[in-house]
Amino acid sequence: MKDLSKVNNPYGDDKVIDACSIFGMMDTAGRRFPGKDIVRAIANMHIRGNGLGGGFAVYGLYPQYADQYAFHIMYLSREGKSEVEAFIKQRFRLLHAEEVPTQPTPAIVNPPLVWRYFLEVEPQQCDGQSQDNYVVDRVMEVNTKIEDAFVFSSGKDMAVFKGVGYPEEIAEYFRLEQYEGYLWTAHGRFPTNTPGWWGGAHPFNILDWTVVHNGEISSYGINRRYLEQFGYHCAMHTDTEVIAYAIDLLMRRHSLPIEIVAKILAPSFWSAIERRPPAEQELLRTLRQVYGSLLLNGPFTIIIAHHGEMIGFTDRIRLRPLTVGVKGPVLYLSSEESAIRLVCPDLDRAWIPTGGEPIVGSLERPLVPQEVEVAGGGNIRC
Amino acid sequence: MKTYLPPKFIVERDPERCIQCQVCVNQCAFDTHYYDAEDDEVRSRPDSCVGCHRCVLFCPTQALTIRRNPLDYRENYNWRPEVIEDIIKQAETGGVLLTGMGNDKGYRIYWDHLVLNASQVTNPSIDPLREPMELATYLGRKPDRVEIDRDYPGLKTELAPQVRIEVPVMFAAMSYGAVSINVHESLARAATEAGTLWNTGEGGLHPKLYEYGNNTIVQVASGRFGVHPKYLDVSRVVEIKIGQGAKPGIGGHLPGEKVSAEVSMTRMIPTGTDALSPAPQHDIYSIEDLAQLVYALKEATNYTKPISVKIAAVHNSAAIASGMVRAGADIIVLDGLRGATGAAPKIIRDNVGIPIEMALASVDTRLRQEGIRNQASVVISGGIRNSGDVAKAIALGADAVYIGTAALIALGCTLCQQCHTGKCAWGICTTDLALTKRLNPDIGARRLANLLRSWSLELKDILGGMGINALESLRGNRLHLRGVGLNETELEILGVRMAGS
Repeated sequence: MKDLSKVNNPYGDDKVIDACSIFGMMDTAGRRFPGKDIVRAIANMHIRGNGLGGGFAVYGLYPQYADQYAFHIMYLSREGKSEVEAFIKQRFRLLHAEEVPTQPTPAIVNPPLVWRYFLEVEPQQCDGQSQDNYVVDRVMEVNTKIEDAFVFSSGKDMAVFKGVGYPEEIAEYFRLEQYEGYLWTAHGRFPTNTPGWWGGAHPFNILDWTVVHNGEISSYGINRRYLEQFGYHCAMHTDTEVIAYAIDLLMRRHSLPIEIVAKILAPSFWSAIERRPPAEQELLRTLRQVYGSLLLNGPFTIIIAHHGEMIGFTDRIRLRPLTVGVKGPVLYLSSEESAIRLVCPDLDRAWIPTGGEPIVGSLERPLVPQEVEVAGGGNIRC
Repeated sequence: MKTYLPPKFIVERDPERCIQCQVCVNQCAFDTHYYDAEDDEVRSRPDSCVGCHRCVLFCPTQALTIRRNPLDYRENYNWRPEVIEDIIKQAETGGVLLTGMGNDKGYRIYWDHLVLNASQVTNPSIDPLREPMELATYLGRKPDRVEIDRDYPGLKTELAPQVRIEVPVMFAAMSYGAVSINVHESLARAATEAGTLWNTGEGGLHPKLYEYGNNTIVQVASGRFGVHPKYLDVSRVVEIKIGQGAKPGIGGHLPGEKVSAEVSMTRMIPTGTDALSPAPQHDIYSIEDLAQLVYALKEATNYTKPISVKIAAVHNSAAIASGMVRAGADIIVLDGLRGATGAAPKIIRDNVGIPIEMALASVDTRLRQEGIRNQASVVISGGIRNSGDVAKAIALGADAVYIGTAALIALGCTLCQQCHTGKCAWGICTTDLALTKRLNPDIGARRLANLLRSWSLELKDILGGMGINALESLRGNRLHLRGVGLNETELEILGVRMAGS
């Protein structure tokens, strides 16, 4: 078995420590738009990264293959590629395979080969297991057992493009201007204890879930030990990996909605819980009692996305920044307000949510302009 | 028989300062000081001094100094003075040597080889004077997951009984009869004020303390002393005592002299009779028997209280603890090598059991490997000295700790190890009415509550320094610990990395 911590955490520290810029934008009306704006926005926060990691997630990307699992796989050698392709042919029905188009970019040196595969799972292949669980297991197999290969993303109608470089350089390299999606997230990375490895850049993905994250989780040790009890092996030693697994456990396996998940990862203080109505108190108290080991303590802001939904929130005392902007049906989440203003100068609204408060953009509940009364009479549209 | 036992201490009285007031004579419970009326002079018999320093503290003119008798035998690492004297005592009595308090030998104290982490640059430390810092802990069985309905809040999961403590430090089991009623009252009131729990030990609960029941853990031990429906009903938690760190595998023996009228009423035994706790619980010869007692107590309390099971930390603690959780224990208590006692055979106290740090680490690891760590809270005891030890215990995986010796020190104990004599000059480990009066429960409760407050404040500082603002984020978070001066096997068992790595 290959040791991912060797590539992602070469010094064997407790975990990879990094800080970042993050940006997300979603058209809650479901209209697809190109990546031009998000590249400009994340580039505007250039100084929050150090060129050792940048990446993007795009949803609504492959309408022609909307029902197939789109695997984006990175290869460091021809052997890795042939081994993975043999594995794929054995475990999936392959509809289409191609190299992910790139262009020479001066800043990107020694890039790995990246291919994409559109795959289906035959019922007899997953043997009673749900297709999603089957795919998760296969991704883990490639990532932990096959040398020189790593799955960037494995969801339907979406993909992750990432690598070592500033995010705008990664965007140029992968020619993101040619793609469209209704939801984009982006990440610029500032790791302090890894020389940078393409697989370690954000967004972190499993199925159609992606996480971009800015922070350092001081509770990492217990979060990881808790998840180990449920069979999650944190091979990469990153906070982001812990968050992704926590979300997978809570949302997919324990069927909890995202608002509840936010209350587990960034719970209210006990004293605040006591001020809630009795039934809500009981819920919030029970969540902390049962899932206390998943409380993400320490500074973080995360943007989680999956099909139809984008969620952002900070730790409960907001030790890392998050600004929200709204323009019509478009929701922006960003480390800095300036990045939002750059791509949308005439926002309807912009605000900083309180610590732990989840901001949710959803196709099911598109944003609609609201009339708000202001002092001195009259209404404004926001 | 002429004793060959030399005095342990030298009593020095400064004649310039002594005013012959006889306070020392009255304070000493071991008759070290006496008044010679003929000479109008206070004198001492150093051979009976136990070094409790009661007289030193209470002498109004600071005329007294107690020093260790150097006992300069020819140096010998094997035949140390203590070894020699134990043999002398046995040669003169032919009996089992008894002692009090915890193991005082030089076994490695692992707390002193573990250091804590703090935040620098990459994440901020949190100032507990300016930001909320949460120490609240819920003890009790937790399910694997929470289920909810679609409509908020819509909680479907019903939890087993949970007990909230405001600070993860509770008072360890010390039985009435061993300690005085004033000690019990001090503990009960301090626990109530601090929002934590105290433990009755195995000697029952005096009816005048029923009012503190909400903060009381009642014990059911092998002697079943004082166990009746009301006793169970008033409590918050019921604890089955299997063993004790100071004397694993050994029962209890409260001498008849200590069984006063009040003790007799509380323990439900005749006045003046020895209270003998059998070594095992005679209805528990195996794990399935434990399950029966656990569920008998759950039935008796109508599933309203967590049931705790306490064992001494021994070689197979991890496997035993796993069995206890599977037998239905909601809380498991591990009492380590340095756990104290009111009376135990010295040879047992000093040689049986394992360090609590090792037991805790291996139990927490095992329960996680088996995926049942959430099914019981883990409480440890035995030698916890300060909030640093508490923080390290939490990081190793404990939900909370018990303190016994530290609490008694707060009440005046100086660890003279004479608990088994029933003559405690500080009025702690005695039922002699004249001596028990020395501990005023108003003051005792204040001193104990102050101690808990100090430790809470320090724990908040420790957490804040790590950039953590809730205790549950430190619990089991061994990445916040590093080892110093430990070998690879020790580090592996503790699940801790070496400092610098």
